[in-house]
Amino acid sequence: MIKKLAIATAGATMFALPAWSQETVKIGFITTLTTPAAVIGIQQKNAVELAVEHIGGQMAGMDVEILFEDDAFNPQSGRTASEKLANDPDVRFITGYIWSHVMLASANVVLDSGKFMITANAGASQMSGEACNENFFSTSWENSQIPRAMGEVMNQRGVESIYIMAPNYAAGKNMVEGVEATFNGEILGRDMTRWGADAQLDFSAELAKARASGAEAVFVFYPGRAGGAFVKQYEQSGLAETTQLYTVFTVDGISLPRFQEAGLNAVLGSYNTNYWSPDMDNAANQRFVSDYLAKYGEYPAHYAAQAYDMVMLIKSAVEAVGGDLDDMDGMREALRAADYASTRGDYSYGSNNYPIQNFYLREVVEDSEGRWTNQIVSTVYEAMENPYIDQCPM
Amino acid sequence: MILLITQLINGLQLGILLFLLAAGLTLVFGIMDLVNLAHGSFYMIGAFIGATMAAITGSFLVGLVLALPLAFLVGYIVEVTTLRTLYDRHHLDQVLATFGLILFFDTLLQLIWGPVGVAVVLPDYLNGFITLPGDIPIPTIRLLIIAIGLLVAAFLYYLVVRTKMGMLIRAGASNRTMAGALGVDIKRLFTLVFGMGAALAGLAGLMSTAITTEATIGMGNDIIIQAFVVIVIGGIGSIRGAFVASIVVGLVDTLGRSYLDQLLKLFITEQNAETAAPAIAAMLIYIMMAAILFFSPQGLFPPKTR
Repeated sequence: MIKKLAIATAGATMFALPAWSQETVKIGFITTLTTPAAVIGIQQKNAVELAVEHIGGQMAGMDVEILFEDDAFNPQSGRTASEKLANDPDVRFITGYIWSHVMLASANVVLDSGKFMITANAGASQMSGEACNENFFSTSWENSQIPRAMGEVMNQRGVESIYIMAPNYAAGKNMVEGVEATFNGEILGRDMTRWGADAQLDFSAELAKARASGAEAVFVFYPGRAGGAFVKQYEQSGLAETTQLYTVFTVDGISLPRFQEAGLNAVLGSYNTNYWSPDMDNAANQRFVSDYLAKYGEYPAHYAAQAYDMVMLIKSAVEAVGGDLDDMDGMREALRAADYASTRGDYSYGSNNYPIQNFYLREVVEDSEGRWTNQIVSTVYEAMENPYIDQCPM
Repeated sequence: MILLITQLINGLQLGILLFLLAAGLTLVFGIMDLVNLAHGSFYMIGAFIGATMAAITGSFLVGLVLALPLAFLVGYIVEVTTLRTLYDRHHLDQVLATFGLILFFDTLLQLIWGPVGVAVVLPDYLNGFITLPGDIPIPTIRLLIIAIGLLVAAFLYYLVVRTKMGMLIRAGASNRTMAGALGVDIKRLFTLVFGMGAALAGLAGLMSTAITTEATIGMGNDIIIQAFVVIVIGGIGSIRGAFVASIVVGLVDTLGRSYLDQLLKLFITEQNAETAAPAIAAMLIYIMMAAILFFSPQGLFPPKTR
């Protein structure tokens, strides 16, 4: 019986062959699909699938296949997944990467294989500076840009002293450097907490220190699940009544539904900075956000927007060379042109292949259906240059 | 001074949570001589079941009350179906089998609840804080955890020292064979003790989600290592030892996170101190365990006979 089945399957495969003789655009996508941080990876996967749906599963007349791989929130697993994709001769683009430390551990594997690497989130400063590479592109930002914008916002709002908390890993350090680069007031304390699969989620000791420091405001970076834990404890500790909370990558489409469910009203009206917002008024973004909401029932966060843009960016490059996937130079030129309808509106690439784009101040509001979401208040930086571009030899 | 008192209370709360987990672990290890790595799974199961019950009934406290018997039931079933066959086996077999249970439960819960976890909603009166004398604000939920933990500790003390069942538990811990020979139904006793340990772990798991907002897959796997540190420091099989060691571990961990960076800044640069402090703070309890075992290899409160 099994033998018969095997023969039948082989036969079916053989008949299917003609369709396969045409090349497929294979894109590897490494994200986090297990551990609690999977909330982010699932949004990215959703966004990639929506993008493939929007382009009818085709780029330059060829089928598109996305190979999703799990990094398990861990640099070793991410590197192994990258090696697997780098060794697959049919994969031309290796993308994804939520976490800076995962991306840094994987970069040489991917780039040495001569394939394109496109980060759809991780913004480790090294990749935009000393370690920049002609085949490395970003649809996101460099880590310190968003906290730099937040430092500027705090200056504008007259904040005189802050207490900083962030996880102890590559991006956490970039975030702290960023806010310290632009914030003019006093920094009364800094806590770097344990990160990874066994990340610290109980911040009692750190919150007590923040209170004792007497800082006027607290600045934090806690992406994914840790953000929910932080904000809840921030409110439980009573600190919300005496200090202002400024966050980056903590209050977004991922955490807001959970904050709302948990009734953490302190989040409403709080400020954060980002390069994108679900309310941005351009056709690509409107289509992306409304279809995402309709299909998955919650607002996309920037992680999803970046993943969606990644598919569109690759499509523009594949079509620019008429589907000739061996034309690396041609595709590189096309990627650099960023000639596609991005959800953030038009942007250009700097010489280090990082976007030159605007950064906005966003506020948490309630939408017409009572859901919490971010809305743009003002533009903090227009067409911001990447701060590490001078260190990039390209 | 206010900071120090706040941190002492925070450390006490962490210690209490560890105690609830360690109490069951030390009894199972001490009385049944079973190394149960899967004890953290009950922590997770209690959190998921309790969070779901809280969501269905709309009350966190009802979830808390229901989590106890339901986690007991899961522990009971696991003991009867799986662990009972392991008592006479080598410790390595037990480690392998209970490690398998961890993988089983992690996957099972992922199949039932999905990879993202279950959110826990607290009522407003638990989301705030209480100002203690001396103008020290402490989150209400942390005070509740301390209160429940102390109640459980008192109950366990009473159970083990003052009741017939406690007498049998102590007899079983001292000499299993002799207790059995004297007509004690050791099997039934073990099942009860095991279920009780699972119930306490489940209670701890649910209470921890009141702080971290969500019950998540694998949440017990991190804290179980600390629970093992606690029972080794306290002396395996000793409830009193587990209590003292939990509080000590909780305090060392919290105070390490609070003051270590300032201490390190005296010797190394500010930036290095801030990067190194969380790593060293995480190691402190293991360093302490090594130090205690050096002077007292059986732990602080070794059982009188084994």
